[in-house]
Amino acid sequence: MKNNRKAVSYNKWGYIFLIPFIVVYIIFQLIPLCTTIYNSFYENFMSGLKQIGPNFAGLQNYAKLFSEGDIWVYLKNTMIMWILGFVPQIVISLLLGAWFSDTMLRLKGQRFFKTVIYLPNLIMASAFAMLFFALFSDGGPINTILVNIGILKAPYRFFSHVWSTRALVAFMNFLMWFGNTTILLMAGMLGIDTSLFESAEVDGATSTQVFFRITLPLLRPILVYVMITSLIGGLQMFDVPQILTNGTGDPMRSSMTLIMYLNKHLFNKNFGMAGALSVILFIVTGILSLIVFRFSGNSEKAR
Amino acid sequence: MKKRMMRLISLALVGAMILPNAVVADEAAEEGKVLNIQCWNEEFKSRLTDHYPGYEEVDATHGKIGDVDVVWTITPSDDNAYQNNLDSILPGNEEAAADDKVDLFLLEADYAKKYVNSDVVVTETIADLGITDEELANQFQYTKDIVTDADGNLRGLSWQGCPGVLIYNRDAAMDVWGTEDPEQVQTMVASWDTFNKTAEELNAKGYKVVSTVNDTYRVYSDNATTPWVIDGKLNIDDNIMKWVDDSKALVDAGYTDTFDLWSDDWAKGFFPDGKVFCYFGPAWLINFCMHADEEGSIANLGRWGAVEGPQGFSWGGTWIAAAKGTDNKELVADIMRKLTMDETIMTDIVKDDSDFVNNKPAMEAAAEDDAYAFAVLGGQNPLGMFLAGAEKIDRSTMGDYDQGCTEEFQAAMKNYFDGNASLDEALDLFKKGVSEKYPELTIE
Repeated sequence: MKNNRKAVSYNKWGYIFLIPFIVVYIIFQLIPLCTTIYNSFYENFMSGLKQIGPNFAGLQNYAKLFSEGDIWVYLKNTMIMWILGFVPQIVISLLLGAWFSDTMLRLKGQRFFKTVIYLPNLIMASAFAMLFFALFSDGGPINTILVNIGILKAPYRFFSHVWSTRALVAFMNFLMWFGNTTILLMAGMLGIDTSLFESAEVDGATSTQVFFRITLPLLRPILVYVMITSLIGGLQMFDVPQILTNGTGDPMRSSMTLIMYLNKHLFNKNFGMAGALSVILFIVTGILSLIVFRFSGNSEKAR
Repeated sequence: MKKRMMRLISLALVGAMILPNAVVADEAAEEGKVLNIQCWNEEFKSRLTDHYPGYEEVDATHGKIGDVDVVWTITPSDDNAYQNNLDSILPGNEEAAADDKVDLFLLEADYAKKYVNSDVVVTETIADLGITDEELANQFQYTKDIVTDADGNLRGLSWQGCPGVLIYNRDAAMDVWGTEDPEQVQTMVASWDTFNKTAEELNAKGYKVVSTVNDTYRVYSDNATTPWVIDGKLNIDDNIMKWVDDSKALVDAGYTDTFDLWSDDWAKGFFPDGKVFCYFGPAWLINFCMHADEEGSIANLGRWGAVEGPQGFSWGGTWIAAAKGTDNKELVADIMRKLTMDETIMTDIVKDDSDFVNNKPAMEAAAEDDAYAFAVLGGQNPLGMFLAGAEKIDRSTMGDYDQGCTEEFQAAMKNYFDGNASLDEALDLFKKGVSEKYPELTIE
């Protein structure tokens, strides 16, 4: 009887220690999430200083989003810019990860380089975008240099062409995130049993073979994790293209992402439309997270 | 024990709630100790610092007038941030704590109507501040019309008038035509047809006629005869479409560019190397935006000239409004009296800052007086030109949606000018942008 009570009182502490997290989670995550879903069923915006609504509108906001069809265009833009940034990111990260974790190479100054490649991530994305905007503007330093050394005859207008704008967004995302990915992949690679590499070496495998036959297959769970988290991050791409294109997503909204579109609805505090868009994004990211959950679950079983 | 603690805590809470209220009640009778000012740039701040008697600067965002602390909150207009800020604080301003109450805020012509005519009243009327109509007799009528609400109450005052002129680069004129005389130059830009022909001539000599197509936008839009929104329906005026056609021709011929206003590329023409022939703007553009303080700028060298240009127009303007619920009514009224009615202070503003002030008789006198020549204009006195412009300003097409529509229109048309879209596609983009900003409008 006495023992039992003691056990219960220990349990109590577990709950007490959980309280800070639960409180923060409820206030900053759960309540906003529920109100977003709630708002998405209402017509609710400001016209000047006048509040219109909230009037219950059922699924009207969703219907409007899909009937206008723009959401697909912005989803496509987001995906294109994500892929453009993600492919070089994963290639470079794999390469760097392999080099850093390769015991044969014994690279010097590893710590230094690991820090350096992570540095771009520490700069605020908006500051980074401002910097690029200034660098690549029509009369900016990049254009001046290219014209002066004779590569270009006239300044190239980076932000007036679809693919140069998208490529710049992708390039910045790549720069900001490849360090992070490298460190994740490296951690995965260091977790692989070194005896596998040694026996491969004894069997006379080349380093390419080692990489493709041993490292990559064993790295699969980490790769999937990196890909899905990056995809979720990519879906929420906002600050870089927003600042780079001054919120317009120009040319012709070809670099407008889903969240930038959401931001457009916040001009007049249109919580209905913005809420509906958020709910759609929530569902999509939810599905992606489930996929990642399944993959990591499977690898657990395989082990 | 626990119960007693609870009681103590709740007593303390109740006390905490009552006490500040008591303080508020006390102070409401007299003038507040803090003057909170909301604005979007440094222009008004420098006017107040330089010309309001007794204003002492403490630091970048604080000042003192007598024993009243002046607190500046500067929120840039970009991305609507300034208005979003006003929208969130003004409606509840009367209930705010005394020291947090907004007392004075500034309005720009593009959205003045929104705050003057709002359903929730956010401004005190000028009459409530104790300022009489007679005191305002010298001001230009249009500056009063813009901030008069639907019931005829005046709700703001401005120290400046904003008739615009064509501001040309004298060196460019010398280079191309061998003369920098305003009368000669005016013949080259007297109508849009001659203006566009002149563009070709300038291009041959390596000059851009204007820095960007957006420079001429205000001239066309101010001469529009219909507003952006008629009975809840979006409307594009013919004159604004003329801007699109003329601008497209200029861009296609390579005579100008499509930079955004206020961008670094746009501002390059403020320096001789930018090779821009002219800008369009009122006095505030000349004195506040053209880098007159910077060595080597054309304004600093005094090598700009002013002519009437193809069409008269007005652009912008800043109004001082008293926020509803202010506890500094007398001080706000005094600031208005000093800056917008006191002839000595106003003529000082003209002399020191090359602004055009909202005082008709003073400006009529100054227009004839060589002492008022603008250094940035190489000693030319443009006040007569401004005066003639100010008399003609008609802002009856102004509405609540001007700023949003203007921004969306310029942004959408850039795609057309740059060749990324057909005219119809760009117009559709404009309509889409407007419908996002103002879902209540009908758009065809």
